[in-house]
Amino acid sequence: MRTILYILQKEFIQISRNRLMVGVLFIMPFFQLIILGYAASFEVKNLNVYIIDMDKSSFSRDLISKFSASPYFNIKNSSDNHQKGFEDLEKGVADLVMEIPNNFEKDLVNGQKTNVYLSIDAVNGVKAGLGNAYANMIVKDFSSDIITKKTGQTISLPIGITWSNWYNNLMVYSTFMVPGILVLLVTMVAVFLTAINIVREKEIGTIEQLNVTPIKKHQFIIGKLFPFLLIAFFELSIGLVIAKLVFNLHYEGSLILVYSFTLVYLFAVLGIGLFISTITYTQQQAMFIAWFMFVIFILMSGLFTPIESMPVWAQRLTWFNPIKYFIEFMRMVLLKGSTFPDVKNHFIIIAIYGVVLNTLAVWNYRKVSE
Amino acid sequence: MNKTFVNIENISKFYGEIKALKNISFSVGEGELFGLIGPDGGGKTSLIRILTTLLKPTEGRAEINGMDIVKDFKKLRKIIGYMPGRFSLYEDLTVEENLKFFATIFNTTIKENYHLIEDIYSQIEPFKNRRAGKLSGGMKQKLALSCALIHKPEILFLDEPTTGIDAVSRVELWEMLKKLKDQNLTIIVSTPYMDEANLCDRVAFMQKGEIMEINPPETIIQEFNEPLYSVKGDDFYHLLLELRKMEITKTAFPFGDSIHLTAYNNINPSELNAMIEERMRIKTETQKISANIEDCFMAKMINTE
Repeated sequence: MRTILYILQKEFIQISRNRLMVGVLFIMPFFQLIILGYAASFEVKNLNVYIIDMDKSSFSRDLISKFSASPYFNIKNSSDNHQKGFEDLEKGVADLVMEIPNNFEKDLVNGQKTNVYLSIDAVNGVKAGLGNAYANMIVKDFSSDIITKKTGQTISLPIGITWSNWYNNLMVYSTFMVPGILVLLVTMVAVFLTAINIVREKEIGTIEQLNVTPIKKHQFIIGKLFPFLLIAFFELSIGLVIAKLVFNLHYEGSLILVYSFTLVYLFAVLGIGLFISTITYTQQQAMFIAWFMFVIFILMSGLFTPIESMPVWAQRLTWFNPIKYFIEFMRMVLLKGSTFPDVKNHFIIIAIYGVVLNTLAVWNYRKVSE
Repeated sequence: MNKTFVNIENISKFYGEIKALKNISFSVGEGELFGLIGPDGGGKTSLIRILTTLLKPTEGRAEINGMDIVKDFKKLRKIIGYMPGRFSLYEDLTVEENLKFFATIFNTTIKENYHLIEDIYSQIEPFKNRRAGKLSGGMKQKLALSCALIHKPEILFLDEPTTGIDAVSRVELWEMLKKLKDQNLTIIVSTPYMDEANLCDRVAFMQKGEIMEINPPETIIQEFNEPLYSVKGDDFYHLLLELRKMEITKTAFPFGDSIHLTAYNNINPSELNAMIEERMRIKTETQKISANIEDCFMAKMINTE
């Protein structure tokens, strides 16, 4: 026990000597939460539209004004010149080109069917899909207006929908993002710093000196992991405060539950850091492997794209992604107010994860080389 | 020799195909200052790492003070002091913090064992609040030695402690080792510098994973029985090349400002001078000399190549 305390003391002195790192540890939660929380939004708004109006009638003007009234669209330009419209699409000035054909008004007045043509820049599939859907809604709306005008009676579709948004009723994007970003913060500290810290002893050779001392394997490992456990909790706490003060996040669930789960989660991800450090020899290698894993874990975590929309095999892969469970847990507890029975499985899975990884890492860590 | 402290029996170490150590056996007495001398890649570091329980031998066994280096490694780590070839203390900790850390993990304090390191540590104590990374090479070495001694080890291993440090620090280090030896500490030290062999009680000459010879340095010198000459002259490099071509020459090596030449048979120095002058039209100054330790090792290296 005493030995562990001495190792801890040494670690904390070393961490505090590393000014740059301490600085980053303090700044990181602010940067990540504030920048990502505000900026990383997947709402599609302000799509730039180029309108090719071949008809120039009062009907076509009505349709255009409907588009410009919508928050989703921004009329960038309009003309009756095809080529110009598609040049804008090419240059990326316009995201969407809508063409209103000749005789648009005439056909409608005569009770004939007519079409408007949408050409959408579909490089970003999500944006294109949403743009298409919004445009569809506007055109549909416009069509029923015309029928109303012509027949003098409002028609309504047989099935209507009334809805209410639960858990995030104003559909604020940051409310959805912030719990996930807290997870990133905690994970980065735990995986990266742990892996690098242990490998550093190998790289600068101090591990040789330590290995001839009576320090036991578990003392060394605990001494190495514990500081980052504390730092990760510290990051989580700052993050929660920022979420409350800056993003007005209302915590529905119990913070005790959040901290307990974080403890179990940290046990697992510190194990990842430890494991990486046992298979690498330099900080560079450790960093590279940690990044490789981290990027996959994040992209497959449901932070940015819903797991449900991934192909089945990819969904299976996410079963092995600890970040996924933590993000799910945070959203459930912080936003929905889930209680322990709801997240029991998350606890169990992450605990198993932790036991397996740490066993692997400890087994792989050797004081004597072969 | 005193009571045997280290006993090594048929130790071999293979890294795949490469045989780093081949069947090494020897023993070291208690309180002996034992040198492992030989060129780089000779297996010195591998042997030291095996004896310090950091590396497992492929074959063979060794005991230190009756404890097996593989089975009893836990007990052994309490009595071993080890100074690796590379400076391996925490550069971001101060001199004192480093020393304190190594004292505490051995369950002791600087105060308790201060007398052991006083001679060495007192020299760097004025800088005890300086970060270890900011010390000069010689001071780093003193700190590393202090850290290796702070837990009162019974045996000290030093892996090339004089590589890369200045001449004054080298002399100082060997003086420290002498003092430690006088306190009955067993010391095993490796070095690529052959002149340092003189300072050991016994030396093992290691090359290509084998021990070529183990003897006290005096014996090694006494056993050298080839006629040896020191040749001085202008145009040093040219002279060296020409000397090597002469029939009488067995070996010729630069040694400071002269060339040490061993001959196949005894010859008068003035005769040798004449031979050289005839051949090269260079005036040389030749003396018959007695061998020093380096001559002996050079001869051994050539003989085994």
